Amino acid sequence: MIELDGLERRYGERVALRGITVRVPEGATLAVLGPNGAGKTTLLRVLAGLLRPHGGTATVLGVELPRERWRLHGRVGYLGHEPLLYRELSGRENLAYHARLHEVDGARVEQLLVAVGMRDRADEPLRDLSRGMVQRLAVARAVLHDPPLVLLDEPRSHLDPAVGEALEPLIGRTSGRTRVLVSHDVDRALDEADLALGLRGGRQVFAGRATPREARELYR
Amino acid sequence: MIRTARTILAKDLRLELRTKESVPAMTLFTLTVYVLFHFGLDRSSLDGSLASGVLWVTLLLAAVVGVARLFATEREEGGIDGLLLAPVDRTALFVAKGAALFLFLCAVELVALPAFALLLLGPGLLEPLPELLPVLLLANLGLAAVGALVAALAAETRAPELIVPLLLLPLLVPVLIAAAQATEPLLREDPSADNLGRWLGLLTLYDVVFVLLSVAVFDYLLED
Repeated sequence: MIELDGLERRYGERVALRGITVRVPEGATLAVLGPNGAGKTTLLRVLAGLLRPHGGTATVLGVELPRERWRLHGRVGYLGHEPLLYRELSGRENLAYHARLHEVDGARVEQLLVAVGMRDRADEPLRDLSRGMVQRLAVARAVLHDPPLVLLDEPRSHLDPAVGEALEPLIGRTSGRTRVLVSHDVDRALDEADLALGLRGGRQVFAGRATPREARELYR
Repeated sequence: MIRTARTILAKDLRLELRTKESVPAMTLFTLTVYVLFHFGLDRSSLDGSLASGVLWVTLLLAAVVGVARLFATEREEGGIDGLLLAPVDRTALFVAKGAALFLFLCAVELVALPAFALLLLGPGLLEPLPELLPVLLLANLGLAAVGALVAALAAETRAPELIVPLLLLPLLVPVLIAAAQATEPLLREDPSADNLGRWLGLLTLYDVVFVLLSVAVFDYLLED
């Protein structure tokens, strides 16, 4: 499903990721842990095909990056720091726009608006919604095309616990999707994950099983 | 590809109708420049090459304002990432952005031309209008093609507002020459269509070259 071997990514001279080696089987969850600037978001963007790896090998959903990355388009759900939604459009308009790009039926939009609890406010522009509501719509956007792989960067940020639980069937363990989960909530991330990848300064500290103590060491 | 381009264009037009960012700014800019020329030249009656030059330099500078905003929403709200994640032909983005800019320019000209006639033009505008229309449409097409390409290039830089005029204006010199030369005889006291076909041909050639060039390179501009 995901196989990285010595993955490297630079921004100019600065190394953002170096020597990342990990294998995530289908349906498993990988928690990516590390302090700010560790390279977590860069890793997600490489896996999404948004950034080109500069070294090593990376295979995602059987697609070799960066050579075949066009084959990845439409198969990955990406939930990053930005919701990738337009502030002046309503939730329904935003999702309908992405549905057309992904050639997804309009009924799926309505289904997801209900699933994320935003049907009643679906026609309000995003600028009038709270950050949590926008995050719910961003989750709907990320899974609109029912991707087998989701890349989640702090998916529960701005969400109250009840809403977070309500989104479980879409992006949680029970969704059946392969997940790469970036989180600063170490205990929760380890609890949800089958594997963990610890990063510090763009380098891999551990990959595989990790104890909460090992994970917390990353932040010291 | 056309279906995707229509989807993106519809979204862009809807956003423009809601935010009213580009067309009002471009129109206001154009009107302001005509007023400045009116007082700066201390003349209310231009004709021939001076009228043609003022008309086209002002429209080109208004296009710069539009081009600078063309990718602003995508840049600020992650629209390009959203598109890159979708299974769509990237060229659709170029087509949609070019079409949006073309429509914006047409909308600006609907206001700018009467204002130009009122504030600066000596001869009437109605008589040469049928010949002026193809000049405007072909020039707009060239502006839209080059504008969408430059806007995409600038969107990846730190200061797109600086990059756009630096890249765009030199590329638009042939459009300015052809459009101004085609328009000059139309705005004389005694209007004629001297060499109109020749300049329309040059504009068409420019449009074809830049549309093809943009289609060929646009994919690479969006890649990391």
